[in-house]
Amino acid sequence: MSRRRAMATICWLASAWTTHAAAGQTMSAPLEVRAAWIRWLPAGLPAAGYAVLYNRTNAPVVLVGAESTEFARTMIHRSLSSGGLERMLPVARLAVPARGSIRLSPGGYHLMLIQPRRPVVIGAHVEIRLTYANGRSQTVEFVVRPANATGPH
Amino acid sequence: MIRPTPLTEPRTLPLRRWIWPAMLLFLAACSRAPQPDWKLTNVSGHLPDLAFHLTDGAGRPVTARDFRGHDVVLYFGYTHCPDACPLTMTHLHLVMQKLGPLADRVRILFVSVDPARDTPKIVGEYAAAFDPRAVGLTGSMNEIVTLAKRYRVAFTRGPDLGHGAYEVNHSSAIYVFDSEGRARLLASPANSEDDIAGDLRLLIGMEHPS
Repeated sequence: MSRRRAMATICWLASAWTTHAAAGQTMSAPLEVRAAWIRWLPAGLPAAGYAVLYNRTNAPVVLVGAESTEFARTMIHRSLSSGGLERMLPVARLAVPARGSIRLSPGGYHLMLIQPRRPVVIGAHVEIRLTYANGRSQTVEFVVRPANATGPH
Repeated sequence: MIRPTPLTEPRTLPLRRWIWPAMLLFLAACSRAPQPDWKLTNVSGHLPDLAFHLTDGAGRPVTARDFRGHDVVLYFGYTHCPDACPLTMTHLHLVMQKLGPLADRVRILFVSVDPARDTPKIVGEYAAAFDPRAVGLTGSMNEIVTLAKRYRVAFTRGPDLGHGAYEVNHSSAIYVFDSEGRARLLASPANSEDDIAGDLRLLIGMEHPS
């Protein structure tokens, strides 16, 4: 009897712990991501993804990559305009400072989304997983906007 | 009979007689061709007229003459450019929106600096995705280099990014030509939509006085 009660207690504790842990994981996504959108381009051309990344913690969070089942490859890039010349550079690490934010926006940092696996449709939502230097990751929903859009709305 | 005349008078009279009409003519010329207070850089007389042989989105050969009658906004880019080129093209689309019905007098020419990947079809679809008055043009490397050199536009192929991908670093300048193909203004993506739209409005106003 006492053995069964002990087992039940253990089971209850275990289930409570896993529920709590799962809830904790979603609650504490490494970053708060807002205004996530993709600029649609025709003919399956590489598209750019934008968002604002807020770090609500007291330690920097370092973005090191992104992936999506919708695209063959995803890279972090930065556009630079200097001396009348436009350039694009790959970015290996993008640190979001503690209690700070980083803007992935046109003409600056952005996700480069290469080779869509199926046609990307304006108005659709595309999931992109952001990966961080500490091994953690989070999935963010990006809305697809027309080529001449200026933002997510 | 010979009338005695002062020595100086015959010499100064023609000058006095002509100075005012000359000034009036000068003022009239000024009022006929006023130089507006351009917000962009005035390059009139400093850059050659628009001239090129390229291919449009339908695969047709086109020359600068095909755009005579339209004011032309010329920008160089490439379609595998998902960030900087769309930013400028969207900027120019918003300029066209600000122009309202006057925008029909304007054509945005998007000239590829990446002819190896930019087929006429792709560059045509890319330009049209930003504005109905945008025309995508490509051509042979020789044709594009000829046009780029004419306006001192630089472009270089960047390093290989793997899987055959590469970037093309290119000049961000925006050139404005009048409806007769004369180079008039030079802008950059940093110029506001209001400044570009305002100058286009002035230029169209000079060409089509109401």
